[in-house]
Amino acid sequence: MASHRSILDLIGDTPLVEVSELSPNPDARIFVKLEGKNPGGSVKDRVALAMVEDAEKAGLLRPGEAGQVLIEPSSGNTGIGLALVCRVKGYHLVVVLPRNVSPERRQLLELWGAEIVESPGSEGSNGAVRLARQLAAEHPEWVFLYQYANPANPRAHYESTGPEIWRDCPEITHFVAGLGTSGTLLGAGRYLKERNPSIEVWAVEPPAGEMVDGLRNLDDGYIPPIFEELGGADLLDRKTVVRPKESIEWVRRLADSGIFVGLSSGAAMAGAARCAAHLAGGRQAVIVVVSPDDGWKYLSTGAWTGDIDEVSERAGSVIYF
Amino acid sequence: MAVAVAVDVRLPTLLRAQAGGKSTVTVKGATIGDVLAELVAEFPAMSGQLLNADGTLHRFVNVYVNDDDVRYLEALETPVKDGDEVSLLPAVAGG
Repeated sequence: MASHRSILDLIGDTPLVEVSELSPNPDARIFVKLEGKNPGGSVKDRVALAMVEDAEKAGLLRPGEAGQVLIEPSSGNTGIGLALVCRVKGYHLVVVLPRNVSPERRQLLELWGAEIVESPGSEGSNGAVRLARQLAAEHPEWVFLYQYANPANPRAHYESTGPEIWRDCPEITHFVAGLGTSGTLLGAGRYLKERNPSIEVWAVEPPAGEMVDGLRNLDDGYIPPIFEELGGADLLDRKTVVRPKESIEWVRRLADSGIFVGLSSGAAMAGAARCAAHLAGGRQAVIVVVSPDDGWKYLSTGAWTGDIDEVSERAGSVIYF
Repeated sequence: MAVAVAVDVRLPTLLRAQAGGKSTVTVKGATIGDVLAELVAEFPAMSGQLLNADGTLHRFVNVYVNDDDVRYLEALETPVKDGDEVSLLPAVAGG
């Protein structure tokens, strides 16, 4: 019997599944990488484990020593991944979470023992980042991994997600992923371009700046430090925004193909479909798109069964990226 | 020679106050640069918000033509055509 010593050994090595029946272009095949198959349920398990192990190597965290506290701002998945890793390794985690995330995210954090500090929903992830920085400054003894500026975040994808895609699909011509912290795009995108410079990297983002109404002016804006430090603007070939309604339409089309994934996966798939539709006729393409998580955490949104306009309206006020 | 056309510009919540509360405004231009210049001419309160003193795009504003970020097209030189929709969004954190 094959078995593993720790649940953390099951992070990564996720499957790729073909969904070319959903491609708007018969010359463009589409494959989805199902990151929801990670033990904490999302792509962020990779980042959480990498950041914690990096902090252990640097001596910031000491395995086995009691009373060590980590703090992290997260709209959900990074917090959940860290909660899993911290539970297994015995660290206490404080997650700064915007108030308007789905209730399932809160429950997952709680079940792995994370302490939740709420930030104002109207400020979105920016507000969570601001509050976490303030709390980290007030508690210098806490370890602040800060996913937006931590090179271990993109490195996790450079060392695992990218190589897995290259191993499973060396025919890849286009890589499509969501832009949150930019870790997936920077890490896996760079790895793939190093293997084949003609691979195009497409970023998909939600209209988050439309949903966040707590910004006073544009100077309150935020670009993840890793995106600027690692030359994100030079790496990306295209960036496209996908609105909630289109994300939900794609989540439903994927479900019709038997694939049950979350709202940001619907957005990413919408981006992959745009990429396929944009290609000139006759050009053979193989698109790999990252599905960040499965659909379980979004059941309460009614995304699969509710009236699409009502569900889209509600999704506009809930952070799902 | 590019021809100026009328395009709808969707504004994020934080720029609506400078446009009399409107969520969409119609302005003319042949390129994104024209469209933004026209927008600032019509609503001067937006001037420091969209463009820097040297005429480049403010780092925390993203401009999209039909949902494609113009920084990855031809930036301010990106042409617009009849029926295109331009959206402006502030850069915010995700993840």
